[in-house]
Amino acid sequence: MSGGVEIPVRVVAIEQATPTVKRFSLAARDGAPLPLYSAGAHVVVAMDAADRRIKNPYSLIDRSPDGSTYRIGVLRTQQSRGGSAFMHEQVAVGSELTITMPVNLFPLNRTGRKHLLIAGGIGVTPIYAMAEELARQSVAYEIHYAMRDSAHGAFADELVARHGDRVRLYRDDCQEVIAVDRILPNQPLGTHLYVCGPEGMINAILAGGRAAGWPEENLHAERFLAPPGGSPFALRLAKAGITTEVRADQSLLEAIEAAGVDAAFLCRGGACGQCETRVVSADGELVHNDHFLSDDEKASGAKIMTCVSRLKGRELVLDL
Amino acid sequence: MLVSNIKSRPVYGGLKVDDAARRHLVAAEGEGALAVLAAFAGRAEATARATVLYAPGGSAGEDHAAKLAALGLDDLFVMPSQATLITRLNVILATATMGTRLYAAGVEGFIGSVVAAGMAHGVDQASIRTEHRGSLARRVQCVHCKGMTENVTVSPVVCSHCGIQLLVRDHFSRRLGAFQGVSVNAETPGEIPPAEELYA
Amino acid sequence: MTIQFKNETFRDDFTFSNSPEAIRRFPFPFDKDQYMYAVNIEQHMPGPAKSATEFPIDIDEHYVSEMRDRALVLKADPLRCQSLPHMITAEWDLVELLMESMAKHYPEHFTLTRDGDRWHWINRPLEIDQTFTFGDAATLPCPPMEYVTRQCQGDFCLLDQRNDNLWMDAGIVTTQADWSLDFDMGMNFMEWHGPVPLAHDMGVFDRALKFLLNLQQGRPVRRLNWTMTVNPRLDTSPENYHKWGIDRTTVTPENVGNKVHLRVELQALWRLPRSNAIVFSIRCYLIKMEELVTIPKWGRRLHRVLRDLPPELVDYKGLTRFRDTTVDYLARHDDGAPTSPGFFPD
Repeated sequence: MSGGVEIPVRVVAIEQATPTVKRFSLAARDGAPLPLYSAGAHVVVAMDAADRRIKNPYSLIDRSPDGSTYRIGVLRTQQSRGGSAFMHEQVAVGSELTITMPVNLFPLNRTGRKHLLIAGGIGVTPIYAMAEELARQSVAYEIHYAMRDSAHGAFADELVARHGDRVRLYRDDCQEVIAVDRILPNQPLGTHLYVCGPEGMINAILAGGRAAGWPEENLHAERFLAPPGGSPFALRLAKAGITTEVRADQSLLEAIEAAGVDAAFLCRGGACGQCETRVVSADGELVHNDHFLSDDEKASGAKIMTCVSRLKGRELVLDL
Repeated sequence: MLVSNIKSRPVYGGLKVDDAARRHLVAAEGEGALAVLAAFAGRAEATARATVLYAPGGSAGEDHAAKLAALGLDDLFVMPSQATLITRLNVILATATMGTRLYAAGVEGFIGSVVAAGMAHGVDQASIRTEHRGSLARRVQCVHCKGMTENVTVSPVVCSHCGIQLLVRDHFSRRLGAFQGVSVNAETPGEIPPAEELYA
Repeated sequence: MTIQFKNETFRDDFTFSNSPEAIRRFPFPFDKDQYMYAVNIEQHMPGPAKSATEFPIDIDEHYVSEMRDRALVLKADPLRCQSLPHMITAEWDLVELLMESMAKHYPEHFTLTRDGDRWHWINRPLEIDQTFTFGDAATLPCPPMEYVTRQCQGDFCLLDQRNDNLWMDAGIVTTQADWSLDFDMGMNFMEWHGPVPLAHDMGVFDRALKFLLNLQQGRPVRRLNWTMTVNPRLDTSPENYHKWGIDRTTVTPENVGNKVHLRVELQALWRLPRSNAIVFSIRCYLIKMEELVTIPKWGRRLHRVLRDLPPELVDYKGLTRFRDTTVDYLARHDDGAPTSPGFFPD
């Protein structure tokens, strides 16, 4: 419950959008309309695998007009700890999952005069929702969407159908790249840029924004940070008096939850700060993967974000 | 520099040139010119991309226009008043691009006006670089009649619009570029505490 | 349950009073015999039946008269209701939140019928029957936030979330404890709390902001705040302080029981779905000293709280001129007996 209100859902449709992406339509098991949300929001999907519970965040693509279903898009990743593989292999129409209420850590800046939406690959999911909202509000916007090839443009046709010449598509196999040095310099004051995609692409786009003289306040990114796996290590929860193990394919937070401790979380992507936990001691090296703690805080070793960070070593003792 | 523990008062972080900016749009009044000189002197690559709007009058008697002209700015507009400066600023902002960084230097009320103009054109206030120079006098908004009284150096002060004796609260509105003035003797009618010189 | 709405005034002749039922449901804000500023945020869960927190939006016997007073305030000073253009989506979110809650919990008084975007709203106490298109401001007689809050007790502020801060970018404020919406519009969380003494140094606002930035949809929170007001005046705005400030000098040992009121704000915060904004509601409850002491525990406790209040807070809350008279009055209702923990009457 520490991630908020939970909604039991059932998968009502699955679409193989590209060779590596599936889109899932989720409906509330009690048939009630799903909550409204703001563009850029995600839900955390809880999956009950045979031996453990996996929780991954996925951006909401859209909500059907009658509110009966949400759509999420899931890329099958190579270094998956099991979440995306579970969604691709184990989940079928009729499967039951649990989702959290929508949380938005990648919102549109509503004071903006114009919005540039930039997506790479599966990063298109929040961008898709943002474009819908901007179209509804009749605000100026552009969409730039980069994909591996036409077969991997999961959302290209839909985007073009809905947003027409506001969409620019870029295909890696045709050596087409998003030319930030042409797109960004002449944007009017009050423009905001939103980018979601692979880490390298995000860094390139943001660097392009800075090179064009944009202030940081107008540059927004969502990094799809799935909790990376690592070596297993021992975990002791000092207050609860529990000793357990964090498996190689498990996140620290998942291990805490598996031990029966109700720890706080929101994004499960290292961004929001909700799962910040005090480190009592660490026999080994803390591997900080989050975007929340400052470099000084990371270096001090006093805190850890349990959703994406872990230990490389023998034993971690947390103030939980 | 203003040092205060007034939580609502903006932090004026100083007029540091943002080297990443493609264009520097600088608004200065009175002694604010000295901040511009300090920031841009000897920075040819910056001055070549700088537009400075300057209103000499303001808080300082001295006219720094000649020194600004010697900087080798791309553009220098010497304006006869703060009001005309803001009018010119709005024209430039209307066609400016995202690579433009806005700067303001001078007295607090002037900085407030420049920031308000920037925000009206979609500039995020956090990206505007500001430096306080010159008089510590406050612009005060009478909370009762909403009238602005300029160059306030004492508290209480008489509202220049409705005549109420105002206590100047340590509460600052960036949107209004002003401190809040509230009746000082509502609970003691007729009694007027002696004015204290506070912000000269 | 049908509420019997009272016909009373919050100005001029001040005929406001609480019925015995209203006294028992008063949200008394002290769970101990002393007070210090604290975040004291809790989940906005349904409280006990008939309490002020039984429902998310509380409507009580003062509803009709409070709405009449709000209309008078807005007529005299339209700046009490303001909204920056980017807050229009949040305004509609608020319409939905308030109408849904009022219709669900007070079906005798309010009815909402939705057919897609075609909404039909009936407010029986105020004799309003309105059909409108949700999302189309031109189908309402005034902007959506103003429309719905002219029909709901409490002040409301809409807070935009951006740059890791909350910004007061819209609101309707007519029952405030001495702060000005017009002055605070556009401020961020730290700025509008600027004048509060002590709490900044305690880190209270840093913690509260961090908490609120992660406030979740479907999980509203609340806290209680308090001050004291002479005469049951809802509009204790700084705008009109030059008119009502003099009231503070009129308290005497003879009239203190009737004139001095404990003023409690039930503050609640919701994450709004469409806009990702937060609505901050500030619902004001007033109780006279002579009404309050009919609950013996409250009389004892308020006496001890007021007597031991730190001087900065006495000053900030504007109690200086009448605190001693009030403490003397309450002392007569404090036999020194221990008080039970918690807010509620014994």
